[in-house]
Amino acid sequence: MSTDTASSESIGEINKYDFRTESKAVFKARKGVDAEIVNQISEMKNEPEWMRDFRLKALEIFHSKPMPTWGGDIDIDFQDIYYYLKPTDKQGRTWDEVPQEIKDTFDKLGIPEAEKKFLSGVKAQFESEVVYGSLKQDLADQGVIFTDTDSAVRDYPDLVREYFGTIIPSTDNKFAALNSAVWSGGSFIYVPKGVKIEFPLQAYFRINAENMGQFERTLIIVDEGASVHYVEGCTAPMYSSESLHSAVVEIICKRGSRCRYTTIQNWANNIYNLVTKRAVAYADATMEWVDGNLGSKLTMKYPAVYMLEPGARGEILSIAFASKGQHQDAGAKLVHCAPNTTGQIISKSISKGGGRSSYRGLVKVEKGAKNSKCNVVCDALILDPKSRSDTYPYIEILDQDVSVGHEASVSRIGEEQMFYLMSRGLSEAEASTMIVNGVIEPLVKELPMEYAVEMNRLIQLQMEGSVG
Amino acid sequence: MSHILRIENLHVAVEGKAILRGVNLEMKFGETHALMGPNGSGKSTLGLAIAGHPNYEITAGTISLDGEDITEWEADQRARAGIFMAFQRPVAIPGVKTADFLRHAATNVRRPDRKEGEDLIPMREFRKELKSKMEQLKIDSEFARRYVNDGFSGGEMKRAEILTMAMLSPKFSILDETDSGLDADAVKLASASIAEIGRDKMGLLIITHHDKLLEHNPPQFTHVMLGGRIVETGGAELARELHDHGYERIRKTYPDAEAANQEMLGKEEAVAV
Repeated sequence: MSTDTASSESIGEINKYDFRTESKAVFKARKGVDAEIVNQISEMKNEPEWMRDFRLKALEIFHSKPMPTWGGDIDIDFQDIYYYLKPTDKQGRTWDEVPQEIKDTFDKLGIPEAEKKFLSGVKAQFESEVVYGSLKQDLADQGVIFTDTDSAVRDYPDLVREYFGTIIPSTDNKFAALNSAVWSGGSFIYVPKGVKIEFPLQAYFRINAENMGQFERTLIIVDEGASVHYVEGCTAPMYSSESLHSAVVEIICKRGSRCRYTTIQNWANNIYNLVTKRAVAYADATMEWVDGNLGSKLTMKYPAVYMLEPGARGEILSIAFASKGQHQDAGAKLVHCAPNTTGQIISKSISKGGGRSSYRGLVKVEKGAKNSKCNVVCDALILDPKSRSDTYPYIEILDQDVSVGHEASVSRIGEEQMFYLMSRGLSEAEASTMIVNGVIEPLVKELPMEYAVEMNRLIQLQMEGSVG
Repeated sequence: MSHILRIENLHVAVEGKAILRGVNLEMKFGETHALMGPNGSGKSTLGLAIAGHPNYEITAGTISLDGEDITEWEADQRARAGIFMAFQRPVAIPGVKTADFLRHAATNVRRPDRKEGEDLIPMREFRKELKSKMEQLKIDSEFARRYVNDGFSGGEMKRAEILTMAMLSPKFSILDETDSGLDADAVKLASASIAEIGRDKMGLLIITHHDKLLEHNPPQFTHVMLGGRIVETGGAELARELHDHGYERIRKTYPDAEAANQEMLGKEEAVAV
């Protein structure tokens, strides 16, 4: 068979993400995390006093909190990581203003091209800082704000202070505390009342240096009746030692608004991806998380929606693909706090080549959340005997008058499916790729076309070399 | 065109149990053969062994196509060489659109040397062809967007199999009870479709209990299977006889094969329990 061609192609393809940029940082804090580093970051950013205090308090919380005892194995030496690396002095408003080698990086990743074709705005983060930002003029004219969170602290202090850390307090978990102490970059979005943004806003996160920690902080406020689709992509080159990505994302969906947050996470296989994402949805608002996890060494991520007022909806679509050396501990969390709220979780996972995927989910219906409905569907596909899949569904129902459904299935890749496709001329590798593509189809069809193409390509890459 | 599919002294076991016990069969391109026999006699097993199902272990004998021994070939190699089987119970592939699946399959079968990742048949060209084949077979165009066999009715599955056959235009087709589970109208449509797509354009091996299918596709040869062997071969009149009078005569004439058949049925029941 054509293994030679396939493997040489795949090496070329993987290199699309696995390349290092020779980039001279304008500032690199020493390794480790302590009050001095936190003060230094705050100073570099010229932050107001309240933010510095917020950081220092969070640092104490970080030190006082134990490591999570569940999920995956986390073996991180917190003192062996760079917490802040400033790649350039200022953010570009055009790509020409971005240092050449960093611009080249994003060119290779196809960002400027995508921006021209179908995006409403872009933020590109390299290491700790957003190096490029754009927003279509007509949206800016309507009062839409799309900026990096650091600039937002300076330029929109009242708005930021009102919401920052209110959805995910520093005390939430150890990694949320760490992020709160050392955060840098991330997106700040405000969509004014009634403004509906047609094309997605995209952020792209790139880690380039070894032993780097990236701690972006994203805050999205969708005002009454407004709507936005935000897409993030993430990649990094492969190094021999581990890096850490630990983001915090907070979203507020006000009455009647709609927010969709799509992630295509394709970190290198040496990255710990420990992220806290949570949204609150007020009356008749809809929050959707579309969460695709393909990369990283270990991902622990459970996007949440708290439905606070009647008529709120929360939908989470989670797809995880765990290959050799990867553990995807992914899932979702829905909390029904008001009557007539509707939730849905669809989780699909694929494990291959000794990879491990877990679904970890919580559905909670608070007392008084009458007439609420929630449905959970989990499908796991295991491609070979070395791989593993686990399901940890937690359901807490404190009201009687509700409807909660849960279905779970685990299947080995079907011999009969393989034979059926092969009897139609597909090779073993093509057949298993096709079956896997079928499994992730519910995610792909929710993506804008360009991302769908990218997603299929990523799956193809993951599948290569899957059969002897 | 002249192609020959030759089965010689084929022995096949499933999970260590012997099913086929020395099958001999020769088919030429353009011929129609009927394969009949009581339940459990090994008809589907023969089809699946020819198609290359990995669980059907060939313990002796050979399968050859145009003189080339394909006994050890994988299912996809056989498909690319021109072997096709329409399954009795096709498998669902959720999330995979029928059109995408067929485009991939047709490309591979038409370009047997295609390497993975190389271009498929151009979309526009393929769509046009698929559309015209679907019209010819009176299949709703919405079908192409549905997931492969997912939630299909029995009739839809069988028609999808015939559509696949039409798109792949194989040298030899094995149709495994493509008429089963269909109502009279659907059988008529399926029979007519097979005649239109397959007759004289490939070698057909039709496994059936029905006379409708054979009425539209009169066989030049009828083979009767019992106890894992072909015990008798005749013309179209043999198919009619079996349809009208059943297998009593066959069972009495070949007591050894009948005993083997009963033994296999017994085993099957034991497995089913």
